[in-house]
Amino acid sequence: MADSAQHRNSIRSTVSRLLLVVACMFAFVFVVMVPLYNVLCDALGINGKTGGRYEAVSAEVDTSRTIKIQFVARNNDDMPWQFGPTDKVIRVHPGELGSTTFFAKNPALQDMVAQAIPSIVPARAAAYFNKTECFCFNQQPLKAGEEADLPLQFIVDQALPEDIQTITLSYTLFDVTDRVASAN
Amino acid sequence: MSEHHGPAKGIKRWIFATNHKDIGTLYLWFSFAMFIIGGAFAMIIRAELFQPGLQMISPEFFNQMTTMHGLVMVFGAIMPSFVGLANWLIPMMIGAPDMALPRMNNLSFWLLPFAFTVLLSSLFMEGGAPNFGWTFYAPLSTTYAPPSVTFFIFGVHLMGASSIMGSINIIATVMNMRAPGMTYMKMPLFVWTWLITAFLLVAVMPVLAGAVTMMLMDIHFGTSFFNAAGGGDPVLFQHVFWFFGHPEVYIIILPAFGVVSQIIPAFSRKPLFGYDSMVYATASIAFLSFIVWAHHMYTVGMPIAGELFFMYATMLIAVPTGVKVFNWITTMFKGSITFETPMLFSIGFVFLFTIGGFTGLMLAIAPADVQYHDSYFVVAHFHYVMVAGAVFSMSAAIYYWLPKWCGRMYDETMGKVHFWIAFIGFNIAFFPQHFVGLAGMPRRIPDYALQFTDFNMMSSIGAFIYGAAQILFLFNVIRTIVAGKKVDDPQVWEGAQGLEWTIPTPAPYHTFTTPPQVK
Ligand code: HEM
Ligand SMILES: [Cu+2]
Repeated sequence: MADSAQHRNSIRSTVSRLLLVVACMFAFVFVVMVPLYNVLCDALGINGKTGGRYEAVSAEVDTSRTIKIQFVARNNDDMPWQFGPTDKVIRVHPGELGSTTFFAKNPALQDMVAQAIPSIVPARAAAYFNKTECFCFNQQPLKAGEEADLPLQFIVDQALPEDIQTITLSYTLFDVTDRVASAN
Repeated sequence: MSEHHGPAKGIKRWIFATNHKDIGTLYLWFSFAMFIIGGAFAMIIRAELFQPGLQMISPEFFNQMTTMHGLVMVFGAIMPSFVGLANWLIPMMIGAPDMALPRMNNLSFWLLPFAFTVLLSSLFMEGGAPNFGWTFYAPLSTTYAPPSVTFFIFGVHLMGASSIMGSINIIATVMNMRAPGMTYMKMPLFVWTWLITAFLLVAVMPVLAGAVTMMLMDIHFGTSFFNAAGGGDPVLFQHVFWFFGHPEVYIIILPAFGVVSQIIPAFSRKPLFGYDSMVYATASIAFLSFIVWAHHMYTVGMPIAGELFFMYATMLIAVPTGVKVFNWITTMFKGSITFETPMLFSIGFVFLFTIGGFTGLMLAIAPADVQYHDSYFVVAHFHYVMVAGAVFSMSAAIYYWLPKWCGRMYDETMGKVHFWIAFIGFNIAFFPQHFVGLAGMPRRIPDYALQFTDFNMMSSIGAFIYGAAQILFLFNVIRTIVAGKKVDDPQVWEGAQGLEWTIPTPAPYHTFTTPPQVK
């Protein structure tokens, strides 16, 4: 029996089915795990990730509540820019359009491109923090020595859970000059 | 196929090996070599930690040592050693003449020396070897990695391919080559645990390959899977890694469960208690291992629902694990036990593995783990399960089956001395690590606060003792092969059960060329 054709066929079919599993699991990482992770983080606001540009809908301003919004800025690694919020704290009502700016200056001797990455604490609030305008939607190029005020506009959703009174929005500034250069 | 030819002569026998016993031997010697190399790295780590302050090596080199120690031990020593055991034993246990795919078997072994040459050569490269820990978290392993990371990735791909081929071979063998009458529920537990392990490997090694592929793309091709600046997320890396990593720890321990489930009944002279429940427990552990991965990530900032889910799921694993421990103990209960070396190592396994399981349960408590995480307590936990678990069971296996393989008996006194030195050395080395961990000593540091000195000295001394015991082991094995007392009883051990004990001793080059009939 050990070498019959039938026997060899059954081994072959086991092996090909297993190879299929291997291929599927490899694909699973790229086509399921990675997108699913991003979708889940967006949808549930896990990790304090905020969404993309929000189209303002006309909605009532809930004046019964005031939310304290704190701004934090930091530089990643050895990013040399000066970078910080113009207002450390502002107070808004849910539904009201808030706006502020961040100050950035490129003190380096060469032109640079930066990318700001937002993050929200408590992470639960991320799904209710809608940005209608943010410098983080685009890369920010600054010439050597140049400075700029970078705009940010947002609306806190009326549905924000009652127990959240303070939201901290933090930006980390990354140097992406090399990435941009190599992409072109 | 020409029957009854012996092995080829000289080096060709090994390079072109397709015989499952030859390949098993290759795997076992390879893994022992890796065990020695990984052990040498551990000795360097423990020597540096003997005292606070920096005395022997630089912090940079220290990080390379912890990384290489972990990688070499997990992927080079433990995993291949059990594949070697599987090659030797599975055909003999299910009454098959060989593995289903002998030539693929040859390839899957010979990829390993290349993989580890690539990995170890990084020690001599500019910028040094990988230094980001065996868990290679991004961005340490991407943005901040030494240039040798590319070699590391290539090495991981090679050993992944090797493991996948090895496990496909095992599954194909078990599913298609069983002797007539050898139904699934009659298979020895070692075969069962390996079958399930092989399925785990087939499922998660591709995930590991995916993780290192994403790293490669981030490093060289400008993608941003794990790079926040480009919209990626380093936490994603941890999810992908541990989705592989947690099943991986069961890949390491399940064959060990199989080994002790063979040995304990043999020396208790009683059949294994609860065979069926052992099979189901193994299968449920394997299933659960896919839904607990984030217990390694309690501190990354998961939502509370996630913390709770992973906490309860992790604790659930203790149930089937408890079933197993219960069955081993009940097997021994009222047995007429003798304490030969394999039995000593198996009992040591049950005892110490259970301690490791308990500390695992402590770590599984999410709010408590915030304190334990990344401390020496974790180091103590996984050495109890991996060294006293996997390595002890491997030592037991070698003593148990070596006489069958080479027809010579090891020196019992030396074996027992080996056990006791290993047992005592191991506990001196790792028990104090629980205490320093709870008191706040972080893992992976070359220097530490003064109050941890005494326990670290103990730890280092214990580690040297445990290391020395392995030299004795090596000596005993070589002595057995060249000059051990001859045995020719097929049974070898009075209480041993299974088809492998029905063939002559030493096991002939070809066995079961006509399949046995299993009743
Ligand atoms: C009852 C069974 C077990 C439970 C509940 C358990 C639980 C845990 C938890 C919660 C952690 C994470 C600790 C932290 O990083 O804060 C951990 C780490 C670890 N466990 Fe277990 N464990 C169990 C069994 C095992 C087994 C059988 C093995 C391997 C043979 C193992 C190997 C490891 C390893 C290697 C780590 C550390 C990984 C690293 O960060 O380097 N565990 N365990
Ligand atoms: Cu785990």
